[in-house]
Amino acid sequence: MRAIHRKLIRDLLHVRSQAIAIALVLSAGIAMYVAYYSTFDSLQRTRAAYYADYRFGDVFLNAKRAPLSLTSRLLQIDGVAQADARVVVDVTVDLPGVTEPMTGRLISMEFPRRRPLNDVFLRSGRDPEPGRADEVLVSEGFAEKRGLGPGDRIGAIINGTRRDLRIVGVALSPEYVYSIRPGDLLPDAKRLGIFWMERRALGAAFNMEGGFNDVSLRLSPGADEPAAMAEADALLEPYGSLGAIPRRLQTSAWFLENELTQLQTAGIIVPAIFLGVAAFLLNVSLNRIVAVQREQIAALKAVGYTNGELARHYMGWSLAISLTGAFVGLALGKWLGVGMVGLYNDFFKFPSLVHHVSPVYMVRALLIGAGAGVVGAVTAVRHVVSLAPAEAMRPPAPERYRQTLIERFGFRKRAPPAVRMVLRNTASQPIRTSLAIVGVSLAVAILVVGLFFIDAIQELLRAQFEVMQRQDVTLTFNEPASASAAHELRAIDGVLMMETTRVVPVDIRHGHRSRRTAITGLSPDPQLNRVLDQDLEPVPLAADGLVMSATLGGVLDIKAGDVVELRVLEGARPVRQVRVQRLVHDYMGMSAYMTQDSLWKLMREAGSVSGAYLRIDSSKEDAIYERLKRTPVVAGVLLKRAAVQSFQETIAQNMNTMIVFNVMFAALIAGGVVYNASRIILSERSRDLASLRVLGFTRREVSAILLGELAVIVLCALPIGLAVGQGLGALVVWATDSELYRFPLIVTPRTRLFAVTVVTISAIISGLVVRRRVDRLDLVGVLKVRE
Amino acid sequence: MSQFANKIDGVSATPAVLSLEGVTKIYRMGEVDVHALRGISLDIAAGEFVVLLGPSGSGKSTLLNIVGGLDTPTSGRVQYRDRELTNASEAELTGYRRQNVGFVFQFYNLIPSLTARENVALVTDIVTSPMKPEDALALVNLTPRQDHFPSQLSGGEQQRVAIARAIAKRPDVLLCDEPTGALDINTGVVVLEAIARVNEELGTTTVVITHNAAVADMADRVISLADGHIVQERRNERRLPASDLRW
Repeated sequence: MRAIHRKLIRDLLHVRSQAIAIALVLSAGIAMYVAYYSTFDSLQRTRAAYYADYRFGDVFLNAKRAPLSLTSRLLQIDGVAQADARVVVDVTVDLPGVTEPMTGRLISMEFPRRRPLNDVFLRSGRDPEPGRADEVLVSEGFAEKRGLGPGDRIGAIINGTRRDLRIVGVALSPEYVYSIRPGDLLPDAKRLGIFWMERRALGAAFNMEGGFNDVSLRLSPGADEPAAMAEADALLEPYGSLGAIPRRLQTSAWFLENELTQLQTAGIIVPAIFLGVAAFLLNVSLNRIVAVQREQIAALKAVGYTNGELARHYMGWSLAISLTGAFVGLALGKWLGVGMVGLYNDFFKFPSLVHHVSPVYMVRALLIGAGAGVVGAVTAVRHVVSLAPAEAMRPPAPERYRQTLIERFGFRKRAPPAVRMVLRNTASQPIRTSLAIVGVSLAVAILVVGLFFIDAIQELLRAQFEVMQRQDVTLTFNEPASASAAHELRAIDGVLMMETTRVVPVDIRHGHRSRRTAITGLSPDPQLNRVLDQDLEPVPLAADGLVMSATLGGVLDIKAGDVVELRVLEGARPVRQVRVQRLVHDYMGMSAYMTQDSLWKLMREAGSVSGAYLRIDSSKEDAIYERLKRTPVVAGVLLKRAAVQSFQETIAQNMNTMIVFNVMFAALIAGGVVYNASRIILSERSRDLASLRVLGFTRREVSAILLGELAVIVLCALPIGLAVGQGLGALVVWATDSELYRFPLIVTPRTRLFAVTVVTISAIISGLVVRRRVDRLDLVGVLKVRE
Repeated sequence: MSQFANKIDGVSATPAVLSLEGVTKIYRMGEVDVHALRGISLDIAAGEFVVLLGPSGSGKSTLLNIVGGLDTPTSGRVQYRDRELTNASEAELTGYRRQNVGFVFQFYNLIPSLTARENVALVTDIVTSPMKPEDALALVNLTPRQDHFPSQLSGGEQQRVAIARAIAKRPDVLLCDEPTGALDINTGVVVLEAIARVNEELGTTTVVITHNAAVADMADRVISLADGHIVQERRNERRLPASDLRW
């Protein structure tokens, strides 16, 4: 081994605690990168294989009732390779001992299966036998949550009568990777069961013999999707179609895609923050090392080492640290990724979702780690190259000290020399001091970013489910009913308040953009489901005006005052021009609202309602649920409490796990940065401090000077860090912004206090560690060495 | 020794290894311009042992740095054999130092994280046909201490490591900047003996700068500097061995 390499190794060992601190920060960044991207990659590969192997449809349509003969006409559409017509109906599920309402979605299927679209993967049990009308497959999520399996029986209220169904198998489908009822904001596998049963049995029960109400199309490669969709739309329109939906907007696929996008963005932003801090720490430390080794560098140059050799030597420092961190991060990231995939397995249902880190991401992780090392080393290396050997042989010119501003305001006479030293030291090297302040403030900022998400989730739930939606129960009806039918609900014992709603499926068009969604018609001055603005103040709905989510506005490139075209997908299918009254910055989904009156006018109908919001007396919950189950008009019952609880159990819990990691890493950074800063101050001040000790200062007095400097830096850094944290939070909010939800940027005093406390504590600990070094200062040795 | 005698006799006839012509150097220190050298002309012959004498601030170190390719003159010419160093690029100067020059500094400038042997290897790693580090250390009588770190060596020992490091590449020119400046007399003598031995046995052209007039007696030629000028130049009839020096 060459002597210069030995120098590298020994020097690194000499500063190992600093090197380890930096490597750990960097490893956190790499771990995040590997965890996010390998999870993203695993999900994406699994999804692609699942969709292909189980023939997930390309286009989805539904209708009221269309004749089966239409299938052959769908097959004639250019580009359509397969068309599977089905019967799909939502019913109320009845399980012994469960009072709260559950939705069952019954899907028809031919058994034995002959390569159908949206095929099922059988986890356990067997397929229903042909001719056995009572045999069903149940979705895995529901089976797990309700403890069901082959051999169990469940009841389904079909057309008002209870029918007994026998579970023969547990299955999964690419159509329900994410089980959520259309219109719901949160998944709830506990209250939504998917059941596959023989076509003939289901057709008979719902008067669909010879007909269908749902069809999936598979397009041949290279097919013109919009054209095929338009043709299919035209064919099905007379049968009450709501319009063709491409795969990417299919509910489950859309949620999954959103999650993947979020993973990808988070996989860039979060690691970038950590790697930025690591590069910054490397920069500061390496510059300090180069300053300390100024004369060694000069000697090496004098004996003939070239700039290239020395640049490689100091770059080697950085790369040794960063690559060590990258390898540790790789291992850590793999482990985290396994955990993340485990969490995803809880709410995405795949036949098999296994974590896998592809070599591409491993190589990239190492390259990114090395990249951070190079970026961190650039200025130090430039310094090494530009150092003139003859000049470096001379001692550096003494630093220029001045009286600080505070002293000039008369503070001087009262301040003891030690305090003056602290002030002048910090003020005399503005760059060094500000770098240390930046470092410590980054630690505060990262803690704020890690923690504010907890606040954000809680605020989102509070805003959405306490302030905005004040109902306890949301009912959807089988089909639009008269207001009087709704008023029967008001009379149920225990219902405290009721507001009706009219929800109309529409295609909103603006220019060449369009999006299928639903307009919710609300009462003039709604008390339960309300439209709120950013500051959570109610937004009054103007007559004939349309209010929508800013996110929906963004998708359609709409601003307030624009006129959009509404193509209603129900009833007489009117097409209307409506002015957008206002965009609201809400937190979840992509909603559009009008007053019920203007919606009725638009539909040219007299007061029909398609759902209702109830506020109920919780002591009478069970009786109300029983009653609702037996009310034929009610197709779906959504319980807010259950939805929030389910959200807390799945998403919030998963996020909390991630947050715990973030906070751990952030605390690590805080410790690393502060420790680094104190070591650098010590290295710069050791000579002065030793001189003071020789002059008779006590250890305590000398430590006070060092710790005083650290304290000044930490005190300056705290408020800056809080502000930077707010900024980084905004970046994260922007990065995680999706069509599903937008997190509010809420940083509570509790979060601020926590961040400040963690950094202060790690500062105190590093201060004490460094103080021990002050105690062991080699007084004679330090003075002998020429500066 | 006969080889050495020949060289002394032929000093004037031997072409100069180093030649300087009207060299000036001005550099900024803080807020003032320092005129370190004010027109120095000088030839140094192959194998010659030259002592540059002068008080601090006289320009000795600057002259040595320029001769050693660590610095370039503000004006004037510097030549090493047929090579022009005056406007040489950084890379050319590095190449010159790497292959032709050995440096010994007042404060040794050893790499603290490397042992004596490794400090020498630092140089032997990068040049063509060097001595073995062990041989270079043997020349300065440091074989028993070769695996010690600088912090475990005395000042004189550290300076001898620095000499071993400088000569291990078999340099054409050995430049020593106050090699005894930080040492007591006994240690200083040992170091000077090592330098003289290198000059005699390897025939290395040697320039030693010092403010210690006693050292002058061991040189072939003594050049005195003051305020950036050469103020006196004398040739010694006889070189004293280092052990006879007293200060």
